[in-house]
Amino acid sequence: MKLSGWGRYPVADCTVTAPRTPEALSEARKSGPLIARGNGRAYGDSAMNEDSTVSMRHFNRFIAFDHTTGQLTAEAGVLLGDVIDAFLPRGWFPAVTPGTKFVTLGGMAAADVHGKNHHLDGGFGNTIDWLDIMGPDGTVTRCSREENAELFDWTIGGMGLTGVILRMAIRLRRVETGWILQHAHPAPNLAAAMEAFEAAPDAPYSVAWIDCLSTGEHLGRFIVMLGEHAPLDRLPNRFRQVPFGPPPGRNRTVPFNLPGFALNRWTVRAFNAAYYRMGLRNAGTSYVPWDTYFYPLDGILGWNRIYGRRGFLQFQCVLPDDTARAGLKALLTTIAETGQGSFLAVLKKMGPEGGRFSFPMPGYTLALDFPVSDKVLELMEQLDRITLDHGGRFYLAKDARLTAHMLHATDPRAGAFAAMRRETGADTGFASMQSERLGL
Amino acid sequence: MSAGPVLILGARSDIGMAIARAYAADGHAIQLAARNADTLEPERNDIALRHGTDVTLHELDALDYDSHDAFLDSLPALPDIAVCTVGYMGEQSENEADMQAARLVMRSNFEGPTNLLALLANRFETRGSGTLIGISSVAGDRGRATNYVYGSAKAGFTAFLSGLRNRLAKKGVHVMTVKPGFVATKMTDGMDLPEKLTADPDKLACSVLRAAKRRRNIIYVKPVWWLVMLIIRNIPEAIFKKLSI
Repeated sequence: MKLSGWGRYPVADCTVTAPRTPEALSEARKSGPLIARGNGRAYGDSAMNEDSTVSMRHFNRFIAFDHTTGQLTAEAGVLLGDVIDAFLPRGWFPAVTPGTKFVTLGGMAAADVHGKNHHLDGGFGNTIDWLDIMGPDGTVTRCSREENAELFDWTIGGMGLTGVILRMAIRLRRVETGWILQHAHPAPNLAAAMEAFEAAPDAPYSVAWIDCLSTGEHLGRFIVMLGEHAPLDRLPNRFRQVPFGPPPGRNRTVPFNLPGFALNRWTVRAFNAAYYRMGLRNAGTSYVPWDTYFYPLDGILGWNRIYGRRGFLQFQCVLPDDTARAGLKALLTTIAETGQGSFLAVLKKMGPEGGRFSFPMPGYTLALDFPVSDKVLELMEQLDRITLDHGGRFYLAKDARLTAHMLHATDPRAGAFAAMRRETGADTGFASMQSERLGL
Repeated sequence: MSAGPVLILGARSDIGMAIARAYAADGHAIQLAARNADTLEPERNDIALRHGTDVTLHELDALDYDSHDAFLDSLPALPDIAVCTVGYMGEQSENEADMQAARLVMRSNFEGPTNLLALLANRFETRGSGTLIGISSVAGDRGRATNYVYGSAKAGFTAFLSGLRNRLAKKGVHVMTVKPGFVATKMTDGMDLPEKLTADPDKLACSVLRAAKRRRNIIYVKPVWWLVMLIIRNIPEAIFKKLSI
């Protein structure tokens, strides 16, 4: 069937199976290298294999929950949103969450996703106690920081290329409410935004939204948003009746692809300017429900369709602390000069490294998206080179078009990862269009 | 909101399991009945963990009619709502050639389900309340060459539900007939189904729950099926017999 990632680019005809048992999964393995696929939220071709893509949607059962420690054991195909639905009303929230709740636990582990608290708590991998992985020979191995630690470390951020994650135990965090106390600080330029991050190292959550179409002294207008879980006793009375927030509203859907011209530099500029003004108006402290705070785009199902038929590309890199300022300036200047406005652009300060092939490192990560066009593909190559020059690296869960040469030049760990795959035989069992393209 | 127990007959099916999850999310205790019920422990555990509700497993052989009374007696409580998702499609070509295969389809889609619902109906009538939900099929709306064995059994089931509804309408017991079109389940795995006509089990479960609350009588899960079947039912037989649809 025709398959793509969330960015709807590239599209390929893939053979997809959806086994219901580990035995059936092991059987699927016999027809050649495969890649496991969760809910298809990686943007590019990470979870696509033309010969054998294995949907994990039937591995979606909760197995156990420990009310004293907050340890949840579940199968890899369980959606993060289901975890929240089940446990937020009982006072538990994911310890690390990406910007959408429509991801599977297996996908989150494979990409070692990060959230707005990465600078303090690290990636999703840090919240995993153990994983069960089916290797290339079909045997299932339990691994953790103590047991089969090497396999564990390579699997966190290993993009599903060490084996198929079947189930795992993760830690949830205690929360008193489903509300986030948000502090928004408009920052007129990059320097001010970075200062705001540096001045708030202890804020539990932090992220900045960027208007990347403004140039000159406004180069990148920012709104830096800090947040923390609101304790019950600080919640305004009118919210205290529903401490875990109103139930998520009815999802709106984008039912068709908007024509490509709907997004152009004028509409995007208008949107960004309006958003910035709204940010100025809402500057200061406010209470925001969890779903609006963490998953603003989840309310519009199929929002990826607004980019039209050709789909869109994400660019996300991380730059180390010492080169971040110069690198970000170069990236934002290049983008502003080409006039290719990104609809959604975010900046975030990151904390320590996670798994052995995980994306994050201490520094700043910048994420942008662009509708696919030849011009944008050229722009992204420019951005790749700037990232390389500043010692940065790329987030594979967002990638759809990087070259093997660029990946290996920016990330020496890629060679070690590929070597590990050859030594363990993982390369004979698992491959994706992305791993082929990138020489992993 | 009353949240009395919901009994799922044929709980191993994807549709049965999806309906169980939907009712559990709505706060109901769930009774899962199937053959080799103990192998449903992972599902039982999953629903109980997700929704914090009581979920119990009950051994049921839908084709062992004589055991049905004892089965109902063994339930922890007479359910408020009983959903019958028992069914088996088989292969039409096999059903044509092998009468034993055909009989199994008839028994699985008609005799077993009607026997169970008849017994439940009597108990509900005595109590004076309850909802019976039968998962029938659009295949029962008109016999077609490609699956008339299954279709005729479902047609019988649909007629049975209709009669039961008529009998119990003044007795406080509601009977709802569900005619899903294509549903992406184990039964249809590997079939090439048109996306616009195909429902997913969880969406189907939501429709069933909503429709049951509104005491609807007959529902097609995807409204387009109502139109499709209206057309199919009204094609004159002289023409219909020459079509391959």
